[in-house]
Amino acid sequence: MWPRLGEGGRRRERDGSLSPLEDVMADGYILRDPRALVGALLEAGWRVIAPLERDGSLTPEVVSAPDELPCGLVDMQAPGAYRLQQQDSGRWFDAVVGAQGWKRWLHPAERRLWTARRDADGFSIAPAAEVWPPTVFFGVRPCDLAAIARQAEVFRQAGDPAYGERLAATRIVAVNCTRVAETCFCASMGTGPGVSAVVDVALTELEQGLLVDCGTANGAALLRGMDLATAAPADIAAARAAVEAAARDQIRAMPPDIADRLQRASESPRWQEIAARCLHCANCTLVCPTCFCTDVTDRSDLAGDHAERWQRWDSCFSPEFSYLHGGAVRRSVAARYRQWITHKLSTWHDQFGTSGCTGCGRCITWCPVGIDLVAEARAFAEEEA
Amino acid sequence: MAKAVTDQARISSSLLPRRFRVQQAWPESATITSLALSPLEGPVPSFRAGQFNMLYAFGVGEAAISICGDPDSGDLLHTIQNVGPVSGALCDLMAGDVVGVRGPFGSGWPLADQSGRDLLFVAGGLGLAPLRPAILQALAMRDTFRSVTLLVGARSPTDLLYPAQLADWAAGDGLELAITVDRGPPGWTGMVGVVTNQLARALQGRDPASVSACVCGPEIMMRHTCLTLCDAGVPAAAQWISLERNMKCAIGTCGHCQFGADFVCRDGPVFRWDKVAARLRIAEI
Repeated sequence: MWPRLGEGGRRRERDGSLSPLEDVMADGYILRDPRALVGALLEAGWRVIAPLERDGSLTPEVVSAPDELPCGLVDMQAPGAYRLQQQDSGRWFDAVVGAQGWKRWLHPAERRLWTARRDADGFSIAPAAEVWPPTVFFGVRPCDLAAIARQAEVFRQAGDPAYGERLAATRIVAVNCTRVAETCFCASMGTGPGVSAVVDVALTELEQGLLVDCGTANGAALLRGMDLATAAPADIAAARAAVEAAARDQIRAMPPDIADRLQRASESPRWQEIAARCLHCANCTLVCPTCFCTDVTDRSDLAGDHAERWQRWDSCFSPEFSYLHGGAVRRSVAARYRQWITHKLSTWHDQFGTSGCTGCGRCITWCPVGIDLVAEARAFAEEEA
Repeated sequence: MAKAVTDQARISSSLLPRRFRVQQAWPESATITSLALSPLEGPVPSFRAGQFNMLYAFGVGEAAISICGDPDSGDLLHTIQNVGPVSGALCDLMAGDVVGVRGPFGSGWPLADQSGRDLLFVAGGLGLAPLRPAILQALAMRDTFRSVTLLVGARSPTDLLYPAQLADWAAGDGLELAITVDRGPPGWTGMVGVVTNQLARALQGRDPASVSACVCGPEIMMRHTCLTLCDAGVPAAAQWISLERNMKCAIGTCGHCQFGADFVCRDGPVFRWDKVAARLRIAEI
């Protein structure tokens, strides 16, 4: 199933109207313990991928046992800072997004495209064989659901089927955010903190368990046989209130007219000022859940009879990215930062009809010098105002 | 118990080239080689003047190379300058060798929309290669246009691309040919100077409002040519250039060739001047 995403924290109906948040959360059930659902999925043979604690962060990894789901974790995020803390809350989804999103699965960092072998004819080319096991993404946040849809659109437009094929063979269990990190600004991007898409299953964490909202027949199939209690109207109201509170708790907000403002800011002296702080390390582009740029490299054996073509993540922050015989088009860090932020927040609209930013805040948290995308965007907005 | 799982999915390979045989390879100069290609299997892909292919040299890599053959006869010709490992490996290919081809990609020169107008081609150096298909097409439907002019600039007479072709065109009556070189050696009796200085002569006797210009060469040459043509009264919306950027995928997913909101591989390489003029003023965009 392809997530069909609306905007503004609400679901877009077939007639184009936006349904209120209440409808999205209607007909809920209560699941006491998420491990029960993960266990049932594993038993049924699904590959379950969920955010697990790895290297001090949360990373979507293959789950081998339900007890691997982290409980009681809370994340402290700030520009250039990330800490996971273990608490006794007994809550499952208080820590929001870690460094890596779902793109490491749907748009792998390295991918063999094809192989070639020298033969009597010259050479022959064989497609790379890749299989995608039946997969459930468990614990996808609304911002990342939007990121998945935006990357899917990039590859759909280009006619590269791999991303869509992986996604079509994946079921999604989303989690509405009831707690936000300091770096979150999804509410201002219209991507969260509640799921606005039609999604297989969406969970909202309450005191008494998880409110389950089933959006598709595929989702219903995932839930079949689970021990679910019908949610009381009060549960549904509490879930809605918790998500609305998470929207209010966000201290960062992207200026709504940033796309237009950046179009007129290409020669602002501010780019030099940002470049003086930017290390052009490319962290922001690697953690960004929508950044899709890739390079291709050729690998061959020593005898030169076997060659492979690999695609791997690339970053517009590297000088080689814009290399044309004779030198890079974007020689300065200022030009490269301008390219990244302008593409993300402005020209993405022209190319794909949405912003390239989902408000997940990863680029703020994982910037080693704490450059704050929202603050920089605000500075451009205020400079011109 | 959850529903039994679905089948595992087979994920398609991406960016797969087709194999083509080098029918002929010949040097154009010490660093420039032309290749004539034909597919090992399947039909010759149809292409439009101004489009490009991604050519793959076994084990070395892929490069974007414009097609310089005649689209109407399906001549899959490429002229390649040796400027790096991949283009160098492509230049080393010989008749009988196999090369990988993806394409054709990108936008073309909009000849079909220019009937009744005075066509002006301006080529700088290797920029004649992507223009050649359009010139051949223009000559094939010569009656459609009021006039066809080709202004060619090169560093020196020995750097002129396709000298035999230029001599043919000069001898024929299909187009008016003007050649200028940056440095004329002893014995050179032709024009000397950059192409922009010769534009006034090329426009002589034409109503600038009825001129349509296709310009290809180094970016700075194209920019100054179009600015000069605009000053002379040629409409900005009747001028086209072909941009060059780093390209890895040619389908709009690698991100390398972005030029503002445009992917040069997908939205270009041929752009109408008035759509890109403002962007070309911005350094390092």
